[in-house]
Amino acid sequence: MDLTFTPEQEKFRAQAREWLAAHVPAEPLKSFDTAEGAKQHREWEHVLNGGGWAMVPWPVEYGGRGANLLEWLIFEEEYYRAGAPKRINQNGIFLLGPTIMEYGTPEQKARFLPKMAASEEVWAQGWSEPNAGSDMANIQTTAIRGTDGDGEHFMVNGQKTWASRGAFGDWLFGMFRTDPDSERHKGLTFILLPLDLPGVTVRPIEQLDGLPGFAEVFLDNVRVPAEYQLGEEGQGWQVAMSTAGFERGLMLRSPARFQDTARRLVELYRENADDVSETVRDDVLRCWIGAEAYTLETFRTVSRLLAGGKIGAESSLNKIFWSELDLKMHELALEILGDRGDLLPGAPAAEGVGNWLDGYLFALSGPIYAGTNEIQRNIISERILGMPR
Amino acid sequence: MDFRFNEDQELLQTTVRDFLEGEITPEVVRELWDTDTGRSPALWKTLAEIGLPGLLVPEEYGGMGMDEVDFVLLLEETGRAGLAEPIVSTAAVAVPMLREIGGALAKEWLPKIATGDAVVAVGHPDVAFVEDAHVADLLLLSNGADEVHAVLAVDADITLQPANDPSRKIASVSFTPTQATCVASGDEARAFLAAAFDRGALASAAQALGACDRMIALAVEYTSERKQFGKPIGSFQAVKHHLAGVKVKLEYARPVVQRAAHSVASGSPLRALHVSMAKLVACEAGVFGAKQTLQCHGAIGYTWEQDLHVWMRRAWSLDRSWGRAPLHMGRVQTALLEDGAPMGSGCTFSSPGA
Ligand SMILES: Cc1cc2nc3c(=O)[nH]c(=O)nc-3n(C[C@H](O)[C@H](O)[C@H](O)COP(=O)(O)OP(=O)(O)OC[C@H]3O[C@@H](n4cnc5c(N)ncnc54)[C@H](O)[C@@H]3O)c2cc1C
Repeated sequence: MDLTFTPEQEKFRAQAREWLAAHVPAEPLKSFDTAEGAKQHREWEHVLNGGGWAMVPWPVEYGGRGANLLEWLIFEEEYYRAGAPKRINQNGIFLLGPTIMEYGTPEQKARFLPKMAASEEVWAQGWSEPNAGSDMANIQTTAIRGTDGDGEHFMVNGQKTWASRGAFGDWLFGMFRTDPDSERHKGLTFILLPLDLPGVTVRPIEQLDGLPGFAEVFLDNVRVPAEYQLGEEGQGWQVAMSTAGFERGLMLRSPARFQDTARRLVELYRENADDVSETVRDDVLRCWIGAEAYTLETFRTVSRLLAGGKIGAESSLNKIFWSELDLKMHELALEILGDRGDLLPGAPAAEGVGNWLDGYLFALSGPIYAGTNEIQRNIISERILGMPR
Repeated sequence: MDFRFNEDQELLQTTVRDFLEGEITPEVVRELWDTDTGRSPALWKTLAEIGLPGLLVPEEYGGMGMDEVDFVLLLEETGRAGLAEPIVSTAAVAVPMLREIGGALAKEWLPKIATGDAVVAVGHPDVAFVEDAHVADLLLLSNGADEVHAVLAVDADITLQPANDPSRKIASVSFTPTQATCVASGDEARAFLAAAFDRGALASAAQALGACDRMIALAVEYTSERKQFGKPIGSFQAVKHHLAGVKVKLEYARPVVQRAAHSVASGSPLRALHVSMAKLVACEAGVFGAKQTLQCHGAIGYTWEQDLHVWMRRAWSLDRSWGRAPLHMGRVQTALLEDGAPMGSGCTFSSPGA
């Protein structure tokens, strides 16, 4: 066991820190769930990519830096430390990207990854349908293979919903039923779909914060070229499970995010210590310990992965842990803020309340998206503990 | 950076686990409950054969010369087995303390511990009772906060205090401090006592992980067999989710304990903070595990006959050993809010500076 960074890793950290210090926008950007904010975030991603920092663990030819996962964690730590903007293309770079790396053809990798790293193409996720939420195997949107004068394609019909970044995104990835006679997990195929194709209607949906963070996507005879199929036809479920693993686990939610929230929470407590009870203090400290625990577990997992190990159902443990921790931290922050915790950022008395309220609203969705925590508990008990179905 | 154990460490863990599985059955634990001392010199000797008591004893004194990183996985195994011999008090706490005191005392006692011929118990000002004092040959006791005395057990007044967990043997100890018994004073004594406390808390935390894991295993086994409404109760979601919740707590406590072991072994300046974090989360997992697995058993779990409570009581005991939660929480608070321990992204392993 060696819990120190090598001089090379320290050097990498210093490089990242220096670059970020010089480039991170001084003023916070608008939410990427607004038209203006989306534009600002794309510009930021363009700068990030220009510096070669958009997706450090990817190979250089795809817009990455060829770094390993440990260096990626270091980069993430520096990214949050620098207070850099949220990643508008997280569905792409953290979820679809690694999946394409695993299942894509060389042509697909060359076609999609560099533009993804640069956020020239921003991705929305299209799993959920009106009748396929937790029960994702109930997907009913069809994609029927056919051939016409322009070649092989899928004819897509149906509806996706809750597609994050759907409102201002360019592409959607998800699972579609390519065998109309199939049931459940069979006959599904993973397909990448441009949102500007004829027959696509995107209807933004306002989330709890009033901004269109996700969208309904209606698909009416949308002709999608067959080369946008990822992995084999009928193998969509397997491909999707790999994406889901990234979403629940360390790619989407690297520890830096929670370490940063925990630090801000402790500081908030410190500033207001005289006004709150010892119970709150202990809960704040517990949260800080939780963020540390999440970090330690992530470094342990990455050490294992670098030595050739794999992650399986354990990503369900991650998902529960970070989502509950995040929510608890935001609940406590609002508790500490007391009456001011209810104020919107523009309120005259809102000085010093930060963005805890907004963070709280978002944290509330953590136990729902990426597979609800109830579903994760089912997975843990059945697949990790081996309890009867 | 490599947060993994090496092959030797993992192999030793498997060996010890297999050994304990064979030797320390619940029947053995219960037989010991019925004895006067609750401890078995013969068992202690057997444990010495696989090197447990002397794991941290330097090789020159007949030990294995290992450190806390090597030990932490094995401590977890002793927790899983429900082993109550003086592993924490003697092997994890007294041995390194004797090593630090050094001199004739170390030379006399460390070899005897390694061969399983001596038990040494340690008293600490922040710990109400002395664990395993009743079977100890030598006691390392504090006198106030800045003196350590080495006292032969025969020269001390030891009163056993029966506790909720029949495996937990704690005693009040009084003795007459003299110049001759004093082995350290002032800063040196404070440093020895601080280190002893951290080692005791670390070892208890590691055992709590093992106890928690064992309770999950017992509950999974039981709920897979027991049927109600025509199905195994383990197929009911409410039951599943109880155990999944314990599993989450356990898996996020384990790396905290392992990092604390590393900080103790490497003498990190953040040792006390890391140990207290570990003690808090591991014991919380243990106590929560006890509550949830009991619920999953129903009434049978509420009987003396069912083995579950062997580990429930261990979990409760460990929570109370070497500092209860408020004390450890206080230490975390001091480190973070008063001493300014580094916080935020990038600060977990090293302080990245300004
Ligand atoms: C902020 C946010 C962003 C999202 N982004 C996307 C996205 O980009 N793309 C996308 O495809 N989807 C997205 N989703 C949708 C998300 O994946 C679903 O909400 C989720 O899978 C749950 O499905 P549902 O909402 O239909 O709830 P339901 O499945 O109807 O569940 C409702 C409740 O019932 C419980 N429940 C259901 N089945 C079981 C069961 N078997 N056992 C125990 N309890 C059960 C659930 O745990 C939950 O508490 C997003 C959701 C949110 C909140």
